[in-house]
Amino acid sequence: MLNMLRSSGVLSEQELMELPGVPSMELVEKGPVAVIECAEMIPCNPCEACCPTGAIKIGDDINNLPIIDAVKCTGCGLCIAACPGLAIFVVNGAHTKSEALVSIPYEFLPLPNIGDQVEALDRQGKKVCMAKIVQIRSSKKFDKTAIVSFTIPKERCMEVRHIRLSGGMQRKQ
Amino acid sequence: METELAIVGSGPAGLAAAIEAAKTGVKVTIIDENPRPGGQLFKQIHKFFGSEKHKAGIRGIDIGHELLEQCEKLNVQIFLRTEVWAVFDNGKALGLKHANNTTEKLNTRKLILATGAIENPLAFPGWTLPGVLGAGATQTLMNLHRVLPGQRVLMVGTGNVGLIVSYQLLQAGADVVAAIDILPQIGGWGVHASKIRRLGIPILTSHTIKEAFGNNEVKGAVIARVGQDNKVIPETERTLEIDTICIAVGLSPMAELAQSAGCQTIHIAELGGWTPMHNKRMETTIKGIYVAGDVCGVEEASTAMEEGKISGIAAAESLGYLQRGKAKELMKERQESLNALRAGPFATQSKLGKEKLIERFHKC
Repeated sequence: MLNMLRSSGVLSEQELMELPGVPSMELVEKGPVAVIECAEMIPCNPCEACCPTGAIKIGDDINNLPIIDAVKCTGCGLCIAACPGLAIFVVNGAHTKSEALVSIPYEFLPLPNIGDQVEALDRQGKKVCMAKIVQIRSSKKFDKTAIVSFTIPKERCMEVRHIRLSGGMQRKQ
Repeated sequence: METELAIVGSGPAGLAAAIEAAKTGVKVTIIDENPRPGGQLFKQIHKFFGSEKHKAGIRGIDIGHELLEQCEKLNVQIFLRTEVWAVFDNGKALGLKHANNTTEKLNTRKLILATGAIENPLAFPGWTLPGVLGAGATQTLMNLHRVLPGQRVLMVGTGNVGLIVSYQLLQAGADVVAAIDILPQIGGWGVHASKIRRLGIPILTSHTIKEAFGNNEVKGAVIARVGQDNKVIPETERTLEIDTICIAVGLSPMAELAQSAGCQTIHIAELGGWTPMHNKRMETTIKGIYVAGDVCGVEEASTAMEEGKISGIAAAESLGYLQRGKAKELMKERQESLNALRAGPFATQSKLGKEKLIERFHKC
């Protein structure tokens, strides 16, 4: 169980698809939905507490894995900033015909600008394509975690989980 | 000087204990050798896990501010830059050395030791070179003093501390060349590991550091793969050009003061080493001396706060500020909250360790 995650820090595709917080590709293609990449039973539930529609369920034992109800989820993204593990993303596979909109937690400075073309990175930090920044949300409630939304080719929407700005404070490769 | 409850250490456990006791009317005095209160909380710039009642989603630094504010409102006295050099008379008096080098005796009716833990060192050729430092020291430099210890860092150890500090190093503008661990699996939580992997930091499990080299400071390190016997596999050595090596290979309880006070200790590997035995009320083998937090088993700040609260309630009750029934009720609440934090598979070790500790207490 979770051998890939435990030995490499990266969830394998199979490990990912088995998680109760990760909706199927079919559901992702219907519209914006939270993708909760939380695989281990750690005592934590801010995602459930912050969800305005009750789409995330953990229950009384806070060690349970979060379960996403894709029908109830509106893709508002509040859980992105609430998750202390930075493990929640919102993916909209129906953004346009060819593009998906992905929203990620971002805790680096400087923040990107709307319209910027940036490198889109997968779970291993490898560049897989370019992304175009379309929205940056930050508020007191998000407590210094910005939510950055960008568009990428649709087929990459379950791969891309971070971005790299040129000249930003991030790992150079 | 006189007080009703002396608390040694102003980290999450000590502050939480002070607040619980002071709320009931106890006169509380905290002593800390550091220039600032808060223990490790002010280095913790990440959001905490847990549920709402464990202050989940709030950054450690903000939890620190919140606790200090409450202490101030409750008139908790805090002596900083003050060392406790002895515990006299079964915890009824402490020997203090203040910042100005004067000494003083503090008489107290009850004592809580919340002295925390210390980072484990790791010895290898070159480990004394400037540039080799603990992950905690790195956090102090970076997050408290705003000084980056280096530009290219090797992280040794992939427990939560190693993973979180790697992330923070990147936030501060340094590069982490790799995070290594001698074990075949990552020590910390998957979410922390994933966080640094997608930033491009390699995690090399089954790897060890062979040596650090450089004349007056670290210029590089040799790492190598290890086999199942933890021995280096020949010809797997790699040289990394780096200027900083961060050591994050675990913590040990700082039980010296408890030991010198005469509290019985026991070695429990799951809790990080020698720890004072205590019961469910956090009372040690000496009546009136309590412990809370990492000193009695290395865990999380969230568990430390819960233990601190229990010790504060117990001390307040024994001082007569809380009635038995009320204290019992409050303690039950805290115990349930603590149990929730220790219920998951990651806490199995510390839960087992704590059970052993309490069992042994009742045997002696």
